[in-house]
Amino acid sequence: MIVALVFVVSYEMFVDSKQSRDMFGFGFIFSSNWNPVTEEFGALPFIFGTIVSSLLALILSLPVSIGVAVFLSEIAPKSVRTPFSFLIEILAAIPSIIYGFWGIFVFAPFMRATVQPFLQSTLGFLPFFQGVIYGTGLLTASFILAIMITPIISAITRDVLKAIPVSQREAAYALGATRWEAIKMALLNAKSGILGGAVLGLGRAIGETMAVTMVIGNKAQIKASLFEPAYSMASVIANEFAEASGSLHISSLIEVGLILFGVTFIINSLARLLIYSVTRKA
Amino acid sequence: MIKTLIICLSLLFLVSCGKNEQNDKPKKSQLNGAGATFPYPLYSKWFNEYSKVDKDAKINYQSIGSGGGVKQITEGTVDFGASDSPMSNEEIEKANQKSGNKIIHIPTVIGSVVLTYNVPGIDKEIKLTPESISGIFLGNIKKWNDPIIAKENPDLNLPAKDIIVCYRTDGSGTTFVFADFLGKVSEEWKTKVGVAKDVRFPVGQGGKGNEGVTGLVKQLEYSIGYVELVYALQNKLQYALVKNADGEFVKPSLEALSKAAEQSVAEMPEDLRQSITNAKGKESYPISSYTYLLIYENQKDSFKGKTLKEFLNWALTKGESFASELGYAPLPKVVIEKAIQKVNMIKVQ
Repeated sequence: MIVALVFVVSYEMFVDSKQSRDMFGFGFIFSSNWNPVTEEFGALPFIFGTIVSSLLALILSLPVSIGVAVFLSEIAPKSVRTPFSFLIEILAAIPSIIYGFWGIFVFAPFMRATVQPFLQSTLGFLPFFQGVIYGTGLLTASFILAIMITPIISAITRDVLKAIPVSQREAAYALGATRWEAIKMALLNAKSGILGGAVLGLGRAIGETMAVTMVIGNKAQIKASLFEPAYSMASVIANEFAEASGSLHISSLIEVGLILFGVTFIINSLARLLIYSVTRKA
Repeated sequence: MIKTLIICLSLLFLVSCGKNEQNDKPKKSQLNGAGATFPYPLYSKWFNEYSKVDKDAKINYQSIGSGGGVKQITEGTVDFGASDSPMSNEEIEKANQKSGNKIIHIPTVIGSVVLTYNVPGIDKEIKLTPESISGIFLGNIKKWNDPIIAKENPDLNLPAKDIIVCYRTDGSGTTFVFADFLGKVSEEWKTKVGVAKDVRFPVGQGGKGNEGVTGLVKQLEYSIGYVELVYALQNKLQYALVKNADGEFVKPSLEALSKAAEQSVAEMPEDLRQSITNAKGKESYPISSYTYLLIYENQKDSFKGKTLKEFLNWALTKGESFASELGYAPLPKVVIEKAIQKVNMIKVQ
């Protein structure tokens, strides 16, 4: 049933994007010109924005999430563990538009006043941290996404760590391992589960729309600097679909949806492969 | 206890059934509309007030955006559409062909777009000319103290800071009105950017909706953006005076919008589709526009058609009086007359 749904959805998008596919062909993926007035459409800036913001969010979130999970499952006493887990799970339940508004009114000014000037003064020699400081932009969007996916990854990691039998841990201690060595061993055993959690988090980051739209700056361009405004696939669909009047415009937006589908599919498959190779070695 | 409750409820049910049977009025049916978000607060007030006048009139409106309104009336999935910009000739052609009917435009109120900015140290209104606005949004004017801006604001101490441009990223009537104005005053804008609900701005960054643009402008120092007047009034934003076609700097106010419409009435075409940006007249605010209801001339459902017609007559007379308290400029009298003539042309079968 669900498999059928996936096929129906992708088939439907494939059919509806016919006009745009016929018009632009593969150039659609490689062109960075998006202009509804002249009816020229190219999706590269959106693909770039989605992939960069999501991967950056994953990189920012993964160490924090694993740290939280280790703390909750291995270190924290029971009295701390329960309320803490609860709070983190609550974080996952906050609607994304709330994150978006918080992002634009609270977090972006903070980024502009504190984080970005700091990055520019310390790492300003890198092209990623050059240019005008706006507060909003690709980096801020990545941070918001990182905050949003942390609860998911840490909850899954915690559950995976909990599932490791106590006997293994006791065995490690019996062999004279320190606490950190025992935790390291547990993490090694749990790595396929942790990767699975990361994939789920990444999936959410790729599909996230509202929160990203509020802070990414919504400009279809590809710049090396993370301070510059960018655009994501989900955002452009949300922003333009309701008011798109030309049929080519609509068709192009649907093709962006199809590409988003494709990108999610590819990234998930790669992650599966990674998990497979990791578990086989072990 | 529960038993009596059940008996009471079933009695009530019986009574209400009886009432329905006695009712020999035409069957109640709901009117459905969809479209522009800008006039939504006013429209919902109208529908609410009108339901007190005509108890059988149930009007449901979904504010999905002007583009959506045009799309839905073209497809015939709603009884009326609403749009902040008149339909283009091709759109009308398409709708008429698809429905075998004729679409008509009824203007309801006037809205406008204001320029809001965040320049620390300046608490007075900045005066902007069409040249400076198009220059800023084209990216040709980069600094606040550019001579083109400074020339008109000799009493302000404009900083030598980069201008940060903020625009609406979601397709909207607001963007259309703004682009329409810039297209009229700047040849470069017309050829380089164009006039549409979604345009590609050469500089700056986008916010989603009025609230998104406001958020950006509020938190980015030295920025400028454009939002609807209603929104700026409600949120007490600072906005610029704009030079109109007669060379006067005008503060956006409801009177200035009505004036812009009044001054343009003489050139109003038969189908009432008119752009009133850059209007003549000393007191006219140049970035304003009508918002329209889109209706088919031949109404096939007699009850719906009759209700719609009566409602429109009410809205254009009594309804207009609710406009200014909600921040919309009412239509000038002449335009109301023209609109009522249009409404009376609606044929109910």
